[in-house]
Amino acid sequence: MGNASSMLTQYDIEEVQEHCSYLFSQQEIVSLYERFCQLDRSAKGFVSEDEFLSIPEFSTNPLSKRLLRMVDGLNFKEFVSFLSTFSARASLQQKIELIFKVYDIDGKGKVSFKDLVEVLRDLTGSSMSEQQREVLI
Amino acid sequence: MRFYRRDLLDISPVLTEAAGAIVDDSFTRCFKSNSPEPWNWNIYLFPLWCLGVVIRYGLLFPLRFLTLILGWMAFFTAFFPVRFLMNGKNRLKSKIERKLVEMMCSVFVASWTGVIKYHGPRPSSRPYQVFVANHTSMIDFIILEQMTAFAVIMQKHPGWVGFIQKTILESVGCIWFNRNDLKDREVVGRKLRDHVQHPDNNPLLIFPEGTCVNNQYTVMFKKGAFELGCAVCPIAIKYNKIFVDAFWNSKKQSFTMHLVRLMTSWAVVCDVWFLEPQYLREGETAIEFTERVRDMIAARAGLKKVPWDGYLKHNRPSPKHTEEKQRMFAESVLRRLEEN
Repeated sequence: MGNASSMLTQYDIEEVQEHCSYLFSQQEIVSLYERFCQLDRSAKGFVSEDEFLSIPEFSTNPLSKRLLRMVDGLNFKEFVSFLSTFSARASLQQKIELIFKVYDIDGKGKVSFKDLVEVLRDLTGSSMSEQQREVLI
Repeated sequence: MRFYRRDLLDISPVLTEAAGAIVDDSFTRCFKSNSPEPWNWNIYLFPLWCLGVVIRYGLLFPLRFLTLILGWMAFFTAFFPVRFLMNGKNRLKSKIERKLVEMMCSVFVASWTGVIKYHGPRPSSRPYQVFVANHTSMIDFIILEQMTAFAVIMQKHPGWVGFIQKTILESVGCIWFNRNDLKDREVVGRKLRDHVQHPDNNPLLIFPEGTCVNNQYTVMFKKGAFELGCAVCPIAIKYNKIFVDAFWNSKKQSFTMHLVRLMTSWAVVCDVWFLEPQYLREGETAIEFTERVRDMIAARAGLKKVPWDGYLKHNRPSPKHTEEKQRMFAESVLRRLEEN
């Protein structure tokens, strides 16, 4: 039984490849499409928050909520573009931008002391007190 | 090594792990059915394949469907009189009902042209033993049932399957559970214990994975079957994918569609191994015992083990997992601070 709801044409693959600045090979894009269709169970064209959370390894990640804000509702092209930052071929600049965006989740353009403490809170949960976190930062 | 603030702020490993899970994770892999490789089409193979489709859908399927209908009719004409006319719970009645169920399962197996090879000693009917097997589809149960009438513990299904569960399977002895009801677990545990102690009951078959998996991996076994204080007899089932992929993805298709797919394939070929009964060893915990039996079954059937709970297919993981990760991170940070 086939998994992909529709097949990618060569044009589609090239368009997606261009959008992610050629950080993925065409074969990788085809595999990512298979995965995208597997996650997007109701074939809506994007993967919903619920569908991301059904991946146990993702759901138990402490920073999953922050990443969800960035990745929820992306169509395939944007999905690949997001993941391309994690490629070994991506520039340091691109990676740092992503980390910045994760800290500055409300998109104000700056990372404040509060943001730093909040991320540390996501990472440590109840195993560290608020004072300890503030002292660390 | 000095602990710098930047080490604390560098969240890239955590992010990379999350992105890795998005791209591929070991849990979803267990429920993926690989689409069959398309044949290389050319002027010779394509007509052959078309002919194959015509034979499968036009000739085999109607024949098999007919066999199934006739089998059901024969079964019901024999079963209902025995069930309702013969009174009481005498041995003969149970024996006849058991044989009828076995026969019906054989009819089912014939309706998919099942080629099943059984290895190992046949299960014997005696108390203080349970049988555990890996789970790929509900047909696992039918395949085993045609050889010996097992009593089974099942999730209640809707539709015609539920009807069959209620009327027929009662005769071989079935225990119902509800996946979503937490308190149910204790009640079911008690029923299991009662069942194995009674010598007249049919041997009990349990699928400890709790859900259907794609016959390439095994998810974690639930330990309920291993805490009953009796022998555990492992059964390994492996389907040959060349003929048909027997994995029933209950989220993707109904059981009826699954049966139709089996009936329109060439055959269902599988191997069933009855392995040596295992007992809880000295100083072994129930969880270690469960894992040991899972190792045996996975090794025999050539399945890869995965450390996930099958119920995650339907539920979210409990927050305890995230809390554990947070605790480990916090501890490592505090420890490194101490060192400085």
